[in-house]
Amino acid sequence: MKIHLSQPDRTLELQGPKQVKAILKNLDIIPATVLVIRDGGLLTEDEMVRDVDSIEIRSVISGGI
Amino acid sequence: MKCRKCLDKAVLSIPRHNTALCGPCLTEYAQIQVERAIGREKMCTKENKILVAVSGGKDSLALWDILLKLGYYVDGLYVNLGIGQYSVRSRQKVEAFAELRNAMLFTKDAANDEGIGIRELADLVRRPTCAACGCIKRYQFNRVAVDQNYDVLATGHNLDDEAARLMGNVLRWNQEFLEKQGPVLPASMEGFAKKIKPLYRLTEREIAAYCVVNGIDYIVEDCPMATGSRLLVYKEALDVIEQASPGSKQSFYWGFLVQQGAKAQLDHQSMSDRDIAILHPCEECGQPTSAAMCSYCKLMAKAQIHQKVS
Repeated sequence: MKIHLSQPDRTLELQGPKQVKAILKNLDIIPATVLVIRDGGLLTEDEMVRDVDSIEIRSVISGGI
Repeated sequence: MKCRKCLDKAVLSIPRHNTALCGPCLTEYAQIQVERAIGREKMCTKENKILVAVSGGKDSLALWDILLKLGYYVDGLYVNLGIGQYSVRSRQKVEAFAELRNAMLFTKDAANDEGIGIRELADLVRRPTCAACGCIKRYQFNRVAVDQNYDVLATGHNLDDEAARLMGNVLRWNQEFLEKQGPVLPASMEGFAKKIKPLYRLTEREIAAYCVVNGIDYIVEDCPMATGSRLLVYKEALDVIEQASPGSKQSFYWGFLVQQGAKAQLDHQSMSDRDIAILHPCEECGQPTSAAMCSYCKLMAKAQIHQKVS
């Protein structure tokens, strides 16, 4: 699967299928700090991502006020 | 995962409430939280004119969207700080949002007014960029709200912002800032707009999810000037705590508000009384300040001296 990450912008690949929860754990990301998006829709932690999928892991943390 | 309300497919889990919601129920939840914040803190009514400060980010655009949908009289204010392409892109997002909803948008070019961008200004006066930026934004937001006769100025500060800021203020026991960290600041004297934070009951993640579900096109990249900010360090620390103990952030900030409310009832002087006792008009711009010149005018004066010297 292709994974696009923000802040900083980068793309990486992981072997699927994997649960969202497992992907985040693999990448050492706290689930509460991101949204996981596939085809414009949000994925919850229990959903499966197939090897052919592209997902975006979008940071929701902003530093400026 | 199923929505706890309607059993449809969930799009977001919310561990602090031990729940999960589908798109429509998430939208309803966010709107209820904003209505609850406005009602409980007596922020404003539907008869008030509200000016919402918008940056193009998720929080301010979600707030504008929610207030419009709830039927409030609300216009937007964008302050262009001249942060290169980041400001260009964020302005485009704000203008597209306003145009799509046929909403009124004021744009203030702080960079052009002063002839200098925020990065260069901060370098000139040797202050951290975020400090100079905060000073300019607070000044411009208040000035436009007062000059254009708005009853209330709304900002998109969320639960994560407020909990992180509270952590910073507690770590330094900064009593003055702690006192003013509530979701409402009164228009304590002429020249001050009332300021409200209607998103203080929602987390950044809930707000970002609201934007995705409702098709709000916001600027995803963070401000390049925020890299390494102390606020991000506090947010990271709180996220680790929240992960281990969901609801900690909410307990921390909301608990503080309860304590603050109890303390205010015992105080002989209100925040407005204290403001009136120590503030007077700035000799340059007329906005309230405790010194002869307000911090914005001091900043601009320093920048002008540096420009003349160089």
